[in-house]
Amino acid sequence: MPVPDELRSRIAHLYRRAGFGARPDELDAAVAAGYEATVDKLLDLGSPDGATASLPAPTFTPPLLAAQLPADEQARRQAQQAEQRTQRDEGRRLSMWWVDRMVLSTTPLRERLALFWHGHFATSVQKVKEPELMYRQNEIFRFQGNGNFEAMAQNVAKDPAMLVWLDAAENKKGRPNENFARELFELFMLGIGNYSENDIKEAARAFTGWQYRRQNGAFAITPALHDNDTKTVFGQSGNFGGEDIVRMAAAQPASAPFVTAKLWSSFARPAGTDDPVVRQLAPAFAKDLDVGKLMRAIFLHPEFVAPASRTGLVKQPIEYVAGTLRALNLRAASAGTNLPQTLDALGQQPFAPPSVGGWPQNGYWLTTSFALTRLRFASTVAGKAKLDAITSVPAADRPAAVARLLSVDGWGPSTSAGLAKVAGDPKSLLTVALVAPEYVLA
Amino acid sequence: MPITRREFVLGGLGAGVAGAAGLILARHPWESGTSPGPGTPAAATGPAAKGAVTSGGAAKDGILVLLTLYGGNDGLNTLIPFEDGNYLGGRSALGYQPNEVLPIGDGLALHPNLTGLKGLWDAKHLAIVRGVGYPNPNRSHFRSMDIWQSAAPDDQVVTGWVGRWLDATGNDPMRALSVGGSLPRIFGGDKTAGAAVPVGPLTIPGTPAVRSAFAAISEPSAGASPLAARVAQSGKDLLTVDDAIAQMLASQAQSDQTGGTTSLEGAGGANALTPQLDLVARLVKAGSPTRVYGVSLGGFDTHANEKATHAGLMADVDEAVTAFFKSLEGSPAGARVVLVAYSEFGRRVVANGSGGTDHGTAAPMFVAGPSVKGGFYGDEPSLTNLDNGDLKFTTDFRSVYTTLLQEVVGVDAKASLGKSFTAVPFL
Repeated sequence: MPVPDELRSRIAHLYRRAGFGARPDELDAAVAAGYEATVDKLLDLGSPDGATASLPAPTFTPPLLAAQLPADEQARRQAQQAEQRTQRDEGRRLSMWWVDRMVLSTTPLRERLALFWHGHFATSVQKVKEPELMYRQNEIFRFQGNGNFEAMAQNVAKDPAMLVWLDAAENKKGRPNENFARELFELFMLGIGNYSENDIKEAARAFTGWQYRRQNGAFAITPALHDNDTKTVFGQSGNFGGEDIVRMAAAQPASAPFVTAKLWSSFARPAGTDDPVVRQLAPAFAKDLDVGKLMRAIFLHPEFVAPASRTGLVKQPIEYVAGTLRALNLRAASAGTNLPQTLDALGQQPFAPPSVGGWPQNGYWLTTSFALTRLRFASTVAGKAKLDAITSVPAADRPAAVARLLSVDGWGPSTSAGLAKVAGDPKSLLTVALVAPEYVLA
Repeated sequence: MPITRREFVLGGLGAGVAGAAGLILARHPWESGTSPGPGTPAAATGPAAKGAVTSGGAAKDGILVLLTLYGGNDGLNTLIPFEDGNYLGGRSALGYQPNEVLPIGDGLALHPNLTGLKGLWDAKHLAIVRGVGYPNPNRSHFRSMDIWQSAAPDDQVVTGWVGRWLDATGNDPMRALSVGGSLPRIFGGDKTAGAAVPVGPLTIPGTPAVRSAFAAISEPSAGASPLAARVAQSGKDLLTVDDAIAQMLASQAQSDQTGGTTSLEGAGGANALTPQLDLVARLVKAGSPTRVYGVSLGGFDTHANEKATHAGLMADVDEAVTAFFKSLEGSPAGARVVLVAYSEFGRRVVANGSGGTDHGTAAPMFVAGPSVKGGFYGDEPSLTNLDNGDLKFTTDFRSVYTTLLQEVVGVDAKASLGKSFTAVPFL
């Protein structure tokens, strides 16, 4: 039985990883309930999110169909430019909407898993163009992110944003485009080295003709473009379709360890498929591909709360921003900053990963430039936040009060020395605390 | 005991994170810190290696500016083989007519919007290396850019070709500056890395007290975890870079007032490259010890409706690069600058059905600077003797890097590239 402070520290860690940090009152309640009960509460995603009512789903302008475009070239260009502006604005609103969901969510693991799957099946609005398609894909991650992995992969494979992102329109019988098949194996389901180049070529044929109808966004296979001949993938031959390929990939021995390692790496600490914890967790996941059950096993694994995990991750910028707004009772629109611009400058704009490989982690976020942007963001939000919890205590107790506000266990010697220099000014104190290594780490 | 930059990068990431890096971070594997590339000068970290870096003559004391064009620049619409019938044959609407282009000899011409570069060419300060590529070309943006930035076509190498030089020469973050938020793989070493500098003001926000507190929390902490130490180090590097740059730019602003040299500031409107090169120009003139700068421009992945998009990008490059060299005129440090433009690949010879071009292979590299021996280098690839519809490369990009490392940075290129390549004599 851990001593109370250790329990508090473990649960604060759990909330940072399974959500976007705990507010002091949340943490008090969770400590009273205990660690395992808190894990189960975080994993209970059967009920709707309490934030839904105050955050209505974003609305989108329907795309201009070819038939709706003016014939005159100049008028057509103007219409297209107007559409691009609308899409930019709606994309910004979507980005802020998602951040607010993370800030206000009563089921934060749902949003945290959606963020994970967004980075895993990384798709960017820069190519997809229509924010509505990104939103639809986001809903798959939100509502199936803790369910069966193969079922989710099947839906992502047919998702319009993914179809656009990886050139499904170019994938036709007789001249298959390997873009999706390659990333499906390399990045989404198996990992590099667990398939042959020929598996990719053959699998690409199985996905030929996979398209969606632009007018209603419905998935459809165009028979004339689909290759109905025999394909040989993973040593099996048959007239496979795309669904067969996803099912066969999910059943490959490499798949469960690959997905387990990615989840463990994102929630606990970076690890490869040969990591002892991954080897321990993957066999159970291989049996049912139930992500929710795997997440429970991850959070309850002794290694999850071991020092290597507790110090093993840097907050991704989206987590950093959402967690900070959550702790300070701010919203995307009341942070005092143009939030999409800030997220760009921090290197992680929702719906715009740098590549199909998603966002790298840890050291990637620790450049001098990102350090400066963090400091600027910290300074701005510290000027917006209500500082009662800090001002109401004597200067000597303020570093501890900020730690409690930010759900940080405590400050090391360098940070303590730094905070002591600004303890007289709550805004400066909060600014410096928000960029301290103890808070920048997840 | 204070943790040095070198120790925590090696010890921390090397042990704990590296196992995962190959899997999770394959796209940006400089995080791993375990797999030195071929020829990484693992042992060459002592004074001898440092001496090798600085022992070159004045000519080898250059300042390298790497301009990365992300997306795959269409080389055939940049350096245009306008006298070859196969050019317009494959690109009727996308191609340029002979009367539109800027001829520079050998049946080749510059894109109509490269008027400033034409001026550099006429002044013999622009070298064009034709048909640059590598064996077994990869048509993936990610992989091919990784190949160009790691300079290792055959292996997944975690370090960049400049990062390996940084590894061998200490830990001053000012040696290599990349303009922008993240750090391209080029600048990532095993033990150290260049600094990322934003385009905008570098000013650290807040009062002097905040700055002083920030400096305190960025000091190494006994018992800090490797990642926490790295957070602190990034803060420390930020203060170093900020101090150095603020001081340099302050003194340079003064000399600007007295000396009346031009500044690029505000010259470019929406041109994303201009403010980046403006910052580089100001740092160069201010005497920054930086030996390698990185700037970039995206948007070159022109699969559809290429002509207008590409023409706009050519105009941006031309305007920004021309203004950059103009602003360096009369500056002694400016005389040492060599700017190199490259992209992950060129594009197909024949246009596709949507007014664009798909991913191709070889393309020309542009090298400009007061010390550059202008002219053509390498052979122009044939438009008919193709490899799967794509140009066959005639010069390995590592030959160009060899010249840059040896003649600009002043180091043994083999230490960074792993093996020897014939230099291209444009310097």
